[in-house]
Amino acid sequence: MENNTQELATVDQAVELGLLPEEFELIKEILGRTPNFTETSIYSVMWSEHCSYKNSIKWLKTLPKDGPHMLVKAGEENAGLVDIGEGMGCVFKIESHNHPSAIEPYQGAATGVGGINRDIFTMGARPIAQLNSLRFGEIDKDKTKWLVKGVVKGIGDYGNSFGVPIIGGEVFFDKCYNTNPLVNAFSAGILEGEMISATSSGPGNPVYIVGSATGKDGIAGAAFASKDITEESADDLPSVQVGDPFQEKLLLEATLELGKTDAVVGMQDMGAAGITCSSCEMSAAGGVGMDIDLSKVPTRQKNMKDWEILLSESQERMLVVIEKGKEKIVEDIFEKWDLHAEEIGVVTEGGTINYFMHGEKVASVPAESLVLGGGAPVYDREYSEPAYYQEFKKFDINSIEEPADLKEVAVSLLKNPNIASKRWVYEQYDSMVGTRTMTTNSPSDAGIANIKDTNRALAMTVDCNSRYVNADPEIGTQIAVSEAARNIVVSGGIPSAVTNCLNFGNPYNPECYWQFVGAIKGMSAACLKFGTPVTGGNVSFYNQTVMDGKEEPVFPTPTIGMIGVVEDKSKIMTLDFKSKGDLIFILGDSHDDISSSEYLVSYHGVNESPAPFFDLEKEFALQEIMKGLIDKQLVNAAHDCADGGLFITLMEMAMYNNLGFDIVTDAEIREDAFLFGEAQSRIVVGVNEDQEDDFIDFMFEQGVNYTLLGHVTKGKVCVDDDQFGFVNELKDIYDNALGQKLS
Amino acid sequence: MKFGVVTFPGSNCDQDMIYTLETSLGQQVERLWHKDTDLKGVDFVVLPGGFSYGDYLRSGAIAKYSPIMKEVIAHGQKGGYVMGICNGFQILCESPLLDGALLHNDTQKFICKNVFLRPKSRTAAISKGLEAGKAVKIPIAHGEGRFYAPEDMMKEIYQNDQVLFQYCDEEGNVNDRTNPNGSLDNIAGITNKGKNIFGMMPHPERAADANLGNTDGKLLFDSILNNI
Amino acid sequence: MKFRAEIDVMPKDALLDPQGKAVTQSMGNLGLTEVSDVRIGKHIRLFIEADSKATAEAKADEACKKILANEIMESYSVEVVEA
Repeated sequence: MENNTQELATVDQAVELGLLPEEFELIKEILGRTPNFTETSIYSVMWSEHCSYKNSIKWLKTLPKDGPHMLVKAGEENAGLVDIGEGMGCVFKIESHNHPSAIEPYQGAATGVGGINRDIFTMGARPIAQLNSLRFGEIDKDKTKWLVKGVVKGIGDYGNSFGVPIIGGEVFFDKCYNTNPLVNAFSAGILEGEMISATSSGPGNPVYIVGSATGKDGIAGAAFASKDITEESADDLPSVQVGDPFQEKLLLEATLELGKTDAVVGMQDMGAAGITCSSCEMSAAGGVGMDIDLSKVPTRQKNMKDWEILLSESQERMLVVIEKGKEKIVEDIFEKWDLHAEEIGVVTEGGTINYFMHGEKVASVPAESLVLGGGAPVYDREYSEPAYYQEFKKFDINSIEEPADLKEVAVSLLKNPNIASKRWVYEQYDSMVGTRTMTTNSPSDAGIANIKDTNRALAMTVDCNSRYVNADPEIGTQIAVSEAARNIVVSGGIPSAVTNCLNFGNPYNPECYWQFVGAIKGMSAACLKFGTPVTGGNVSFYNQTVMDGKEEPVFPTPTIGMIGVVEDKSKIMTLDFKSKGDLIFILGDSHDDISSSEYLVSYHGVNESPAPFFDLEKEFALQEIMKGLIDKQLVNAAHDCADGGLFITLMEMAMYNNLGFDIVTDAEIREDAFLFGEAQSRIVVGVNEDQEDDFIDFMFEQGVNYTLLGHVTKGKVCVDDDQFGFVNELKDIYDNALGQKLS
Repeated sequence: MKFGVVTFPGSNCDQDMIYTLETSLGQQVERLWHKDTDLKGVDFVVLPGGFSYGDYLRSGAIAKYSPIMKEVIAHGQKGGYVMGICNGFQILCESPLLDGALLHNDTQKFICKNVFLRPKSRTAAISKGLEAGKAVKIPIAHGEGRFYAPEDMMKEIYQNDQVLFQYCDEEGNVNDRTNPNGSLDNIAGITNKGKNIFGMMPHPERAADANLGNTDGKLLFDSILNNI
Repeated sequence: MKFRAEIDVMPKDALLDPQGKAVTQSMGNLGLTEVSDVRIGKHIRLFIEADSKATAEAKADEACKKILANEIMESYSVEVVEA
């Protein structure tokens, strides 16, 4: 059957493409006519949740965006850009690749890594470090093992070849992620010269497509809606996009080389909706139009249709607007790196984008009408508090009997996949390429990348305990932001800015949307408190599973990516205990609280409890004191008290140098809560005996409680004179548990 | 002495090597491009780590046909110094300036971590300056690092004292447990008969900057500088 | 004339093939106990313009020797047919 995309689209087609009937009406109104199939496809992708943020933008706009270090406005470019001093900027962003990873974990995760790094180098910055935040279902399930192995290998194979180290991250397992894993990838780059903007301007300037050839990747949805699909053409529709890290590495080098010339006007990476999205967004940002000849686009498959080329999500491609007369500069650079650079169009006056195929105009759309902040629809979604929220609050610690053998609890937590060493994962990632990773041989709570030839370093972390967020979206998200800031502060950095990856269920479900709204409110409050504006990120809705006919969303997971600046590298704080005899103090208050702790969930099997104790003001005060302690060099180790509670925190500090600890608990607090509870705003520090007086003098003047817990031992682990074993035995359990579970 | 560091498409440790040689060791470094057809007068050629040509087909298999490799091979055959780190080692084995081949790790996984190495042959410039039997801590990062050579080739390698480094533990013990990738006899690096060509999987350039908390790799570079 | 070469590159028998070993083990777990000695190599397809089949075979062999296989660790076989 002959494809005729010039025929006018029907409302049924529009619906099949994912548009609402009223959205189709709106398109007709905008164009003053009925769109053809190609144009309808363009609107369907540009107005999709992914590109338009139509169901989230109202709330995203309420996030704090201003800060003294912001160099571009939130959301205006591919990624956030903040000033990190000495004339340098840091470009950073986190992005999800959840749904592709659920289908094909290896390529799904790999292309996620590719996408996030392109966002960084499209702006002219060289990526220097990556983090990732992964969430999977129950580890004993075969499907989970398959997903973990595929995702980790995909991230590793892509990132290792591309050559940007992974210097930290998190991995979490819970049954809510059984069919819908979360793969959130973060990258940070350093911008030394001028930023390249994703803005087109200057009518007459040529438009280039650079990088890989275009195939029929990621167009299956539209293809089926086009109704002219034959069995044969269905066969050549790839359901999986394949990443090519080698191509991406060449594209990186060519792009950065191009960025040093004066030939580039603007550039944008092609992610979702490929040529369509990049041409529309760049044009709308610059208030210009474009004429694009799709028949000039290098294709991987023969006889591709106009809309296939427009919607293709083939990886490792970018759209570049060049200053007229400087074409040769671009062509030479791309030839040097053996890459395609094809002139496919020209910038025009007015705001209309015309797409041509073999001389025939196949679509004509006003750029502004397609983009976020322009004509894309914005929806106000309903939300309502789910019943479980109040139910969880009824939890009473007294309903839980304290186990007789706390040593057994300790061991069960050490080998719990959410707590055990993630060595099995991170050893598959190149964590040292670039010779900037400062935390390989001196571990800190945050990953730290050296900024060569300066006295500075960049600290970064990704955090979110989604169980807390589920229990209480607002408080849970405040905790996520606070933990990120705490990790940076404890490492010797000053929190600078945030990028977020908002993984939620169906926005049309009012209870899911309530979680979303709560998370945004919590994030706003905490980001304001810490002075860390939200520079951008992404939203991923529809993370859910249908079980017994009922939609079960994943835990609401607003992953926080935060960067911070270490102004004096000599003051980086590490988490490992340094030597036998060092004193161990805990800063902050202990509570009779085991709510939402790994201990309560995994040991007692209780899933219904509120978020752990948290007070934003106390958290802020604690972090300010920590900064002072590090600045005055009064502590020799510091580690925040997080998942698994105090005992796990102490173990993590002890194991690195094969040391032990001898501590006493607090008689006022249940021993299980003291050791394994996850009440927030606590930091454990190691203090050299000689500095005890100075430390106490300093702490005496602060308004934060601190308690001497005990001291570092040669290897014995003791709590209230009760032996918990030797560090090497416990370390063996902690180190190997995850690998054993996955094998 | 003038060093030359070659960049192949897909090399990703070239800048690290240049930084180490220039900044940590104060040496003069010429940047060589894989399409170059002369070595620009360098005395010591370094093939850096990375994924030349994406490691497609086999690690190092495509890079060996880059124009510059003709010159590198001629330089090595004349007795000029050549060092290959990680992917560079793979390219040298493919070219073949060095004996043997590097197979997929027996763990079937890419592996990146600190390991310990013990110098075996101490007749080559890169290992002469190291203490006999003493382990140095150097990171590895590879998926295809399992050294292999057929029996007759191995015999010659040993006869000529060509094994540079073996994977060991902190105390210098070499055994199966200290072998991260299944390499034959824990071999981490070898040299040629003439002792002017060195190849090793571990990355000494990642352990040469005091900022990163480990400078054991500098011992290898110092040994080169003191013994050439 | 145009010929198609179908090339198999296999790890040499003497070598440990960890991938093959792992797959062999999983065969057992799947209940396919009859399956043994899995070895995993690669299959390469390419096209050659040549006057005769013999010339095409010689070209394919040259390609294998020069780049497609590393004879220290791999063996190969070539089948050439008219395309």
